[in-house]
Amino acid sequence: MTAGVFNPGFFNSGLAYAWPEIFLSLAACVILVLDLLLNDTQRRWSGVLAVVSLVVTAVLVLAHPVATRVVALGGLFELDRMAQILKAVTLLTVAAVFVYSTDYLQRRDIFKGEYFVLGLFATVGGMVLISAGSLITLYLGLELMSLCLYAMVAFDRDSGIAAESAIKYFVLGSMASGTLLYGMSIIYGVTGSLELAGIAGVASNAAIAGNIGLLFGVAFLIVGVGFKFGAVPFHMWIPDVYEGSPTSVTVFIGTASKLAAFALAMRLLPEALGAAQTDWSQMLAVLAVLSMAIGNIVAIAQTNLKRMLAYSTISHVGFVLLGILSGTAQGYQASMFYMISYVIVAAGAFGMILLLAREGFEADKITDFKGLNARSPWFAGMMAILMFSLAGLPPFIGFWAKLGVIQAVLGVHFTWLAVVAVLFSVVGAFFYLRIVKLMYFDEPTDTAVIGGSVLMRTMLSANALLAFGLGVIPGSLLQICQRALQ
Amino acid sequence: MISLTHVLALSGVLFAIAVAGVFLNRKNIIVLLMCIELMLLAVNFNFVAFSRFRGDISGQIFVFFILTVAAAEAAIGLAILVVLFRERSSIDVEDLDTLQG
Repeated sequence: MTAGVFNPGFFNSGLAYAWPEIFLSLAACVILVLDLLLNDTQRRWSGVLAVVSLVVTAVLVLAHPVATRVVALGGLFELDRMAQILKAVTLLTVAAVFVYSTDYLQRRDIFKGEYFVLGLFATVGGMVLISAGSLITLYLGLELMSLCLYAMVAFDRDSGIAAESAIKYFVLGSMASGTLLYGMSIIYGVTGSLELAGIAGVASNAAIAGNIGLLFGVAFLIVGVGFKFGAVPFHMWIPDVYEGSPTSVTVFIGTASKLAAFALAMRLLPEALGAAQTDWSQMLAVLAVLSMAIGNIVAIAQTNLKRMLAYSTISHVGFVLLGILSGTAQGYQASMFYMISYVIVAAGAFGMILLLAREGFEADKITDFKGLNARSPWFAGMMAILMFSLAGLPPFIGFWAKLGVIQAVLGVHFTWLAVVAVLFSVVGAFFYLRIVKLMYFDEPTDTAVIGGSVLMRTMLSANALLAFGLGVIPGSLLQICQRALQ
Repeated sequence: MISLTHVLALSGVLFAIAVAGVFLNRKNIIVLLMCIELMLLAVNFNFVAFSRFRGDISGQIFVFFILTVAAAEAAIGLAILVVLFRERSSIDVEDLDTLQG
């Protein structure tokens, strides 16, 4: 018997395609051990190493662009353009998140190596999920990411509110995984395959297309995906987790995990179950409308900025779902563009909260931004760019994102959905513009000098300017998304 | 003779009990953790049954992974529970009401 590891063919089975994931896992292990040897004054080297390994991994991902989809490791692993772009964006976002978080963690005395190690393992999980070619890798990647995130939320052990949000996140997140798995087991039973390509092959068979078992499984999958995305009515955990966790963890959950949720939806729905598109489109339409409505309306009533951004996430997820439910390549491209642009802007917005936070002061109330223009005209300008972008005003990036998904639903004649989307984005503009009003037309209640290292200030400015620059010249990012999903 | 339908019905009932347990339980978080475990076990039943009746081994392989992940999940859940208990001296579900709105 020559099967298994002793077969030389094992090493030729495409392990090289997973090299970035392998590298990042090893780097995380090395940092985990090195961190034990460092004392508290040297601790920041863990952060530096983590950022360096993320950037190196991003280079490894982009170094070998693939032209078409490559299936490796016996069908467990898939590498296509979408996967490469999403991985690179995830890696660079996490690197930016680490840079933003360093000062905040140090000031709160929770600057520990765990934050970086857990963050790196969560990133590995996200990458595995993005490249999953089988339900097994999809599930393992998702769980690796989720388990790390649960621990990250709770890692400020002296904060009761963080522990409460962690247990809520854990219970609801585990239930979501359980529901997703139940859906996967039904799909496996109906199609007899765990590989996405195999499922797609059987599901496209006319005899099975209207199968009630398949629909049953799809419904469970949608519940699971909805939970992970945070779409209404599966959004209960989002506001509590965003508000309760340390802001440096909130920004991680608000950006990197959204990209993974998008990949989860894309792998499961269009790729594996494209044949049942009419069925899951209707289910997603309900989720999208509810998310846009609840997210935008409830956000108006919030006084906590992190909670407001949580409801804003929920509404943006509604828009992302619009593109996916249209079921066309144009729609998927628009969704991907939306997701990437949202992640860029959200990283910046949470970065601003991290920048204004000081010892014993979270800067997470909306009123903490009062009169920011008088304190720092530059960062008030940056925050204004980010808020305009979230509101979807031209020429900022959020405008092109919204335009893309609305065009996609119009393309498949869901005119009523487009009308709903436009109406709720008008409602949403109110609470983003309120922050701009507070910054420019109210007197500051707080006169402390704005802190933050030079590196963080530069990164944050670059982040906001990117949201503006990509809004003025959206062509390059649009083209990347178009080539990723043809 | 036990047919596929019997096993699927059992796993469906287990899954329903687990979901009901999560939503109806107002007392103790430990019970919530048990419900989550039960949910994963219901899924395992499904996978093993389908694998057996379809003559395809891959479903049983998946079960091994689910069991492993469930163990890790329980460890993390209990760790969070310990942190919560140290802060609140209570693990009642009803006391989890600081975050609202």
